[in-house]
Amino acid sequence: MAQQSDATNFAMWLFLLTEIMFFGGLFTAYLIYRNWYYPAFVEASHQLQIGWGTANTAVLITSSFTMAMGVWSAEMRKKGALVFCLVLTFVLGLVFLGIKTIEYREKWEKHHVPGIHYSLQTFLDPASDPEVYNEYHDKPLALDMARHTELYFFLYFAMTGMHALHMIIGIAILGFMIFRAQAGAYTTGHVTFVENFGLYWHFVDIIWIYLFPLLYLISRHQ
Amino acid sequence: MSSEKETIEQHESHHHIVSPMVYLAIVVILLVLTATTVGASYVEMGVFNPIVALAIAAVKMTLVVLFFMHVKYSSKLTQLTVGAGLLTFLVLVGMSLADYFTRAWGRW
Repeated sequence: MAQQSDATNFAMWLFLLTEIMFFGGLFTAYLIYRNWYYPAFVEASHQLQIGWGTANTAVLITSSFTMAMGVWSAEMRKKGALVFCLVLTFVLGLVFLGIKTIEYREKWEKHHVPGIHYSLQTFLDPASDPEVYNEYHDKPLALDMARHTELYFFLYFAMTGMHALHMIIGIAILGFMIFRAQAGAYTTGHVTFVENFGLYWHFVDIIWIYLFPLLYLISRHQ
Repeated sequence: MSSEKETIEQHESHHHIVSPMVYLAIVVILLVLTATTVGASYVEMGVFNPIVALAIAAVKMTLVVLFFMHVKYSSKLTQLTVGAGLLTFLVLVGMSLADYFTRAWGRW
């Protein structure tokens, strides 16, 4: 039993390492393009609202805590507590996606989703977007630089989208686990599944811990 | 039945259960660090803004990996695997960035 548990735990870590390399490619692309098209990336990142990003970071960190408590409940064989923790984690995951949807909708409405409807107006004439302009007082970008803001938003959607996909998969598995936990599946000493799912959930949290400063915070000042 | 009980006991004896107080302390530290990194982003520090933000993120990641993900209490095999993975990651990303960032070196 101990050996099996060790082996699945090790396999989970190997899977997470491949995931880290995958997200690492996206992070590297982001850092390289930010370095090349710095003014475009700075002004484009001013479109993100730090308030939503901070709220989502707090939500995700709290969900990691409830997940860790879920693992503890399974280890202590407390069925009620386990179900409660899993439900909390499930709900917090949905709250995260809800906030993400609000943010995506705003990008959609401002035509900041890459593609044929992408609009450069905010970057050619920052004063036309008073909410952001009053906070940052961005200077107009030249057309060739302004066009690179689309690359920022492409990477923004690619990175947060892949992260959100991982959240959706996690939430789906959580839903399955809540039913299994209610049936008493994880509170008989077989905690490996809950534990390894916990590793996955914390990994998704770690990705966000890096996405948040890289996308929202580091370009506040030029 | 008795053999099943035995295996569960063996399983538990090798398995370190982290106390909820540790988890609570970690989540409070993580939330405080989140507030710190947001606060720091409002301070004009020039080139140090991204450095401070990424340093805080690295501390947060380390706390999550060590405590929430139990690496502090895991086998040497797991610890070494995680460490080796992180090192490989840093080498890959670091070398790629060093290449791209220095392509125009001395030509400005």
